Amino acid sequence: MSEVDMNMPILIVDDYKTMLRIVRNLLKQLGFNNVDEATDGSSALQKLRGKQYSLVISDWNMEPMSGLQLLKECRADAHLKDLSFIMVTAESKTENVIAAKQAGVNNYIVKPFNAATLKKKLIAVLGNF
Amino acid sequence: MTRSVREELLEKLKAADVGLSSADIDSLVDSLTSDVEGDATATNKKLLSEIGSVASYIHDTKRELASLRPDEIKSDYLPTAADELDAIVGATEQATHNILEAMELLEELTEKLPDAEMSEKISEVVTQVYEACSFQDIMGQRVSRVVNALQHVELKVDKLLQAFGNSSNLPATDKQPTPKRADGVNRPDEDLLNGPQLPGQGVSQDDIDALLGFD
Repeated sequence: MSEVDMNMPILIVDDYKTMLRIVRNLLKQLGFNNVDEATDGSSALQKLRGKQYSLVISDWNMEPMSGLQLLKECRADAHLKDLSFIMVTAESKTENVIAAKQAGVNNYIVKPFNAATLKKKLIAVLGNF
Repeated sequence: MTRSVREELLEKLKAADVGLSSADIDSLVDSLTSDVEGDATATNKKLLSEIGSVASYIHDTKRELASLRPDEIKSDYLPTAADELDAIVGATEQATHNILEAMELLEELTEKLPDAEMSEKISEVVTQVYEACSFQDIMGQRVSRVVNALQHVELKVDKLLQAFGNSSNLPATDKQPTPKRADGVNRPDEDLLNGPQLPGQGVSQDDIDALLGFD
């Protein structure tokens, strides 16, 4: 039996609408249907402060607020500090991964990725489903 | 009568067209000749010759740079390259959305299939298409970096233009337009090879049909 609430609210953040659509579809295939979208860190933060989400899946390279800044804002916010946060990005230098880890990311997916990787990381963060 | 060092220097610098105003040249010559008074002695002649060489080198360099047509690079080539790259991103984004839309519809239809095994197989293929479509995001990011690099080149060309002036300083004989192809090979229809037009430019299929009298 699944340990995970498949109806949990998830926020996906990316400045490329194509990626939002792809991640949404992959999540749907995995059974997650309660998905909202944001196209940059600032609008994501607004949504996170207006509704309780269980997971954020965010790109890094966005303007005006990047995914890393969003992560730091979350960790500095008493209400969002424990929120599960997965970074999905093409930034694949060691320094990026270290910076994200230091900022408190729960997992890190390098683009391009496949459905199997997404599922594996979701299980690592949320538990088996 | 021997001409003064000052007069010779003035003549050489003015002839070399080093990009200084007459007042600046006067001031430069004054400072150079403040310790060199009287007629041109052997030592002073050597100094004059060296300065003349430098002035001539500056003149030649200016001419070479102007013949590269940096103004043309700035006004035509760089904006065209940036526009074309933007158009590539826009077109691939639209195409990717169309593919995704078709896949989403296919996925919906798959759910209604009575054959579970077939449905699962199709679903796997749809997932593969979703995964493949992420190329657009990566490509967009790479193109953005190229556009940034072009903007950097544009800034440098700007500085070059400011430092050396533009090709309007060139003699008429040197003002040949740059060949459109980098390999310099010109085709008879070169002027008609404009490539795909950017959105909003060019004419539509309807306009073409109307123009040619086709249905």
